[in-house]
Amino acid sequence: MAAGEPRRVGYLYVLPALAVYVAFLLFPLLHSAWISLFDWDGLTLGTWAGLDNYFTLFAEAGLRAAFGHALVLIVFFSILPVCLGLVLASALHRSRVRGLGFFRTVVFLPQVIAMVVVAVAWQQILAPDGPLNSALRALGLDAFAFNWLGEESTALIAVGLVGTWVQTGLTVVLFLAGIGRISGDLYEAARLDGAGVLREFRSVTLPALRPDIAVALTLTVISSLRTFDLVYVMTPLGGPGESTTVPAYEIYHRAFQSGQVGSAAAIGITLTVLVFALSAVVLRLAGGRR
Amino acid sequence: MTVSRWERVGTYVVLLLFAGYALYPVLWILLTAVRSDVPGQGGWHPENFLTAWTQGKFGSYLGTSLIVAVAVVALSALLSVLAGYAFGTMRFRGSGLLFYLLLLGVTIPSQAVVVPLYFDLRDVGLLDTYAALVLPQVAQSVAFGVFWMRAYFRSSSTSVVEAARLDGAGHWQILWRVLLPMGRPAVLTLVVLVFMWTWNEFLIALVMVTDEGLRTAPLGLRFFQGRATTSVPLLAAGSVLVALPVVVLYLFLQRHFIRGMLDGAVKG
Repeated sequence: MAAGEPRRVGYLYVLPALAVYVAFLLFPLLHSAWISLFDWDGLTLGTWAGLDNYFTLFAEAGLRAAFGHALVLIVFFSILPVCLGLVLASALHRSRVRGLGFFRTVVFLPQVIAMVVVAVAWQQILAPDGPLNSALRALGLDAFAFNWLGEESTALIAVGLVGTWVQTGLTVVLFLAGIGRISGDLYEAARLDGAGVLREFRSVTLPALRPDIAVALTLTVISSLRTFDLVYVMTPLGGPGESTTVPAYEIYHRAFQSGQVGSAAAIGITLTVLVFALSAVVLRLAGGRR
Repeated sequence: MTVSRWERVGTYVVLLLFAGYALYPVLWILLTAVRSDVPGQGGWHPENFLTAWTQGKFGSYLGTSLIVAVAVVALSALLSVLAGYAFGTMRFRGSGLLFYLLLLGVTIPSQAVVVPLYFDLRDVGLLDTYAALVLPQVAQSVAFGVFWMRAYFRSSSTSVVEAARLDGAGHWQILWRVLLPMGRPAVLTLVVLVFMWTWNEFLIALVMVTDEGLRTAPLGLRFFQGRATTSVPLLAAGSVLVALPVVVLYLFLQRHFIRGMLDGAVKG
């Protein structure tokens, strides 16, 4: 039913959803934009600050660091899972192995487990005397046994690797679905032309998966920008020496712990604009496929 | 397609390695949860779950989570079905604009709205209530739900609706008697996704509630972990309690889950 007939009663059907949406999502977003224009501690009367809170985003070293950490996390949450997903999905498709359903179920599992649980589990695994370090020592790799989450140099990487663990399943499943849509004829033709594994991957799989790759990149980048639970639970207080503060954590910290509500709101609005822009890109790219 | 034996064996090796990597933390948690609470002592200790349940107050946390999840799922499914039906089958002035306004909600991160929500709800005296836990999450789920249900109603067959109309059914009957019974798979997928999002939500529960009696399960785990006396096996047992409902649901409905996540994600 593409067009449907004109009916005023439609408004009544839409009204309840719209009311809740406006009251608890849209209005707070606009309110956030308003708050971001003030210097406000949440208690006393705020003072007008104009765009100062936004200028601070670039000027303040701590905040710049938070956005810098977000960029590092994007490598682990997005780039790495997409690369791994491409390799795994194309190898699986090529060899036509059995047990694909089981594999798909297993690698996707991290996506459905609460981030708090993921954080608690990995925190124990990465602990100074945890299983990872024990395994490294058993292999004689004592030099690589760190207090992963307790040292400034490794904490962010450790959080990032957990992100890789969470996101890879999503990319594998997404790419498997994408490869499934590629016509077998293309692969046959590549074979007849004498293409090897790499050649086949480069000239058949990769071009055909381009929309899926764009989708996967955007989704994982967005979720890395939104990362809060993982960082908050694995490295409380922003990690050793603030080495793991990210924008999402800064919002929470500023608004509810250090009384910089205006600045928190400005970070929130900036994050929303980023996420919105990326979503627009994915909608465009995904839409072009249909 | 011919693939050499070695390539196939290699693929199996990679596959097994990767499945192990994905499963290891999950298995580690499960095995740790039944280890002894006393370091060095061996054996099988399923009573950890009971200890965590009572000592960690997980009974109360899981109860709150269940109430919140059921309320959010029921409300957002109902509102999404109603609005999705109108957007999918009717035409009214501004319907396109209203739809895109709602769709915008899919992209709004909860970190951006949690700050003003806290102060707004404080002003109207709703902090530390179920409403503060439920309504913001309904708003976020509805944005996706309307989109999801509209797609279903749009694809539902025109001829079925025409026939029902000729039989004298009004728009209300067509929705409940004709289209919704046929749309059970679409609604089911929406329900499992919203349940998962609600159950796993952390930030909203962290900010909106200070009363321990209203803490949801993920938050309960965080506070359980924060206590110095907590042993690792008990913490693992608590983690299992928090993760289990969604994992069980996932294993039963994984086709719906994966399809819903991918479709929703791609379009949303």
